[in-house]
Amino acid sequence: MLKDITLGQFFPGNTLAHRLDPRTKLLVTVLYIVALFSARSLWGYALLALVLAISVRVSRVKLRSLLRGLKPVLFIIAFTAILNLFYTPGRTLVSFWTLRITYEGMRTAVTMMLRIMLLIMGTFLLTYTTSPIRLTDGMESLLSPLKRIKLPVHELAMMMSISLRFIPTLIEETDKIMSAQKARGADFESGNLFHRAKALIPMLVPLFISAFRRADELATAMECRCYHGGEGRTKLNVLRYEARDYLVLAFFLALAVGIVASEKLGVPARLSALLV
Amino acid sequence: MSTMLKTENIAFFYPAREGEEARLALNGVTLAIERGSFVVVLGHNGSGKSTLAKTFNAVLLPTGGTVYVDGMDTADEQLLLEIRRRVGMVFQNPDNQIVANVVEEDVAFAPENLGVPTEEIRRRVDDALAAVGMAKYVRHAPHLLSGGQKQRIAIAGVLAMQPDCIVLDEATAMLDPIGRREVLAAIETLHRDKGITVILITHHMNEAEHADRVLVLNDGKLAMDGTPREVFSRADELGAIGLAVPDTVALLRALREGGLDVATDAVTVEACSEEIARALAH
Ligand SMILES: Nc1ncnc2c1ncn2[C@@H]1O[C@H](COP(=O)(O)OP(=O)(O)OP(=O)(O)O)[C@@H](O)[C@H]1O
Ligand SMILES: [Mg+2]
Repeated sequence: MLKDITLGQFFPGNTLAHRLDPRTKLLVTVLYIVALFSARSLWGYALLALVLAISVRVSRVKLRSLLRGLKPVLFIIAFTAILNLFYTPGRTLVSFWTLRITYEGMRTAVTMMLRIMLLIMGTFLLTYTTSPIRLTDGMESLLSPLKRIKLPVHELAMMMSISLRFIPTLIEETDKIMSAQKARGADFESGNLFHRAKALIPMLVPLFISAFRRADELATAMECRCYHGGEGRTKLNVLRYEARDYLVLAFFLALAVGIVASEKLGVPARLSALLV
Repeated sequence: MSTMLKTENIAFFYPAREGEEARLALNGVTLAIERGSFVVVLGHNGSGKSTLAKTFNAVLLPTGGTVYVDGMDTADEQLLLEIRRRVGMVFQNPDNQIVANVVEEDVAFAPENLGVPTEEIRRRVDDALAAVGMAKYVRHAPHLLSGGQKQRIAIAGVLAMQPDCIVLDEATAMLDPIGRREVLAAIETLHRDKGITVILITHHMNEAEHADRVLVLNDGKLAMDGTPREVFSRADELGAIGLAVPDTVALLRALREGGLDVATDAVTVEACSEEIARALAH
């Protein structure tokens, strides 16, 4: 039952999206998010959705797996949309009882939904096409200037990659403990929220104890393999920017700058006026 | 032959923990291990085997006495990395010693820590995986492998340091018989072909048959030290400190008690069957 958690899942492949340097992909994701948060008009969103669609196409990631990633946040999306729909002041579109849907509310709800969905699908595309190791390598490399202000960049990256390494192990273990507790008559499925939360305690306690033991043994094993922090470390797989990385970066930089600037200058509004 | 490892009268003291009293886990152990030998360490639970192993590569420093690796004192902090590089250690639970989620990245972990240049790391990773027969799993995810395969990855991870000595602390204890055979075969190959000194800590008496030498620990002291034949011929003494003899020796002893005139010191299956055949022919 826990097997279908998609957190940080990676679908191996050999497309352009997979081959790009992880740093490029991280930067591109940041640029995309900047663009997403500066876009106000439907024109902007349409353009960004198109860019995402093309990226998904290039990566050959199935749209279905991308949409599955949205499932856990569906509630939040719906909640924000409804809140925006009813509580934005403006010109009334329809009204019944004490509720009033405004034209502006409609607009904000739709753009809000689009924004969250594109944001999530965009970041999921990053993790779907980048192996966790390359992702943490990329982060470590991008953040390495911060080492100078004494930020423990290497340690953070190491922590992250070890967490990712242990997710499957701990999930397997959780499944095992749950089965063991069920065999002893524990009931995780019925009762109200409070009961179910309480039923989780006999599962969490052994899980934590074992996680601490694992951490202790892993630390010893790492020491035995000469781990002594990031100093003087070399790498098996060294990151290198290729021509394609510069091209993709340039494109997304242009996209972000373009959207920020055109929204500032009111281009979309003029564009709409031109069409109507 | 030169000495790989030497301990001089070492003691190790675990300070008291909550609800437990302080323990003297090692109490005056003196031994020397020859380069290129295959040593098996036996002892009942809590006899100090793991503690002894951890003093071999300076994970623990003895509370008293000295440990030398290739003549280097393990208490010398300047030599720490070099000592750990020379004496590799493999533990019981494969899941808790694999660091990365791709096999090649995990095997590369030690050479990366040692600052080995990239091309050299690649070569070492490929060599190490080939040496344990796991070359075709370079890009696999370790958590999807069997226990025996994971443990061979762990051995490869140690091999990539190009150690002189490998210590295996109950490395086969969590494996099924197939996994155990795979791992033992890999270790024997390393010992034979690369001349690596092997120190194998185990609860499986049968694993001692490959050894040049067997050490028996009891309550933090070295209780016996000799060839497998010598040690297992002292079955009654072993019994007194909670250890059994290998199945082969047990069989020969039972036959002898039943009146067949066999020697009871044949440890390997072949030697045992030869001995029985010889006795029956008489
Ligand atoms: N971290 C620790 N803190 C306190 N006491 C410990 C610790 N580790 C081991 N001991 C104690 O030291 C003694 C020797 O332990 P050690 O782990 O070396 O035995 P062992 O021979 O490896 O046993 P096993 O066969 O169970 O692995 C035991 O009595 C144990 O309880
Ligand atoms: Mg032990």
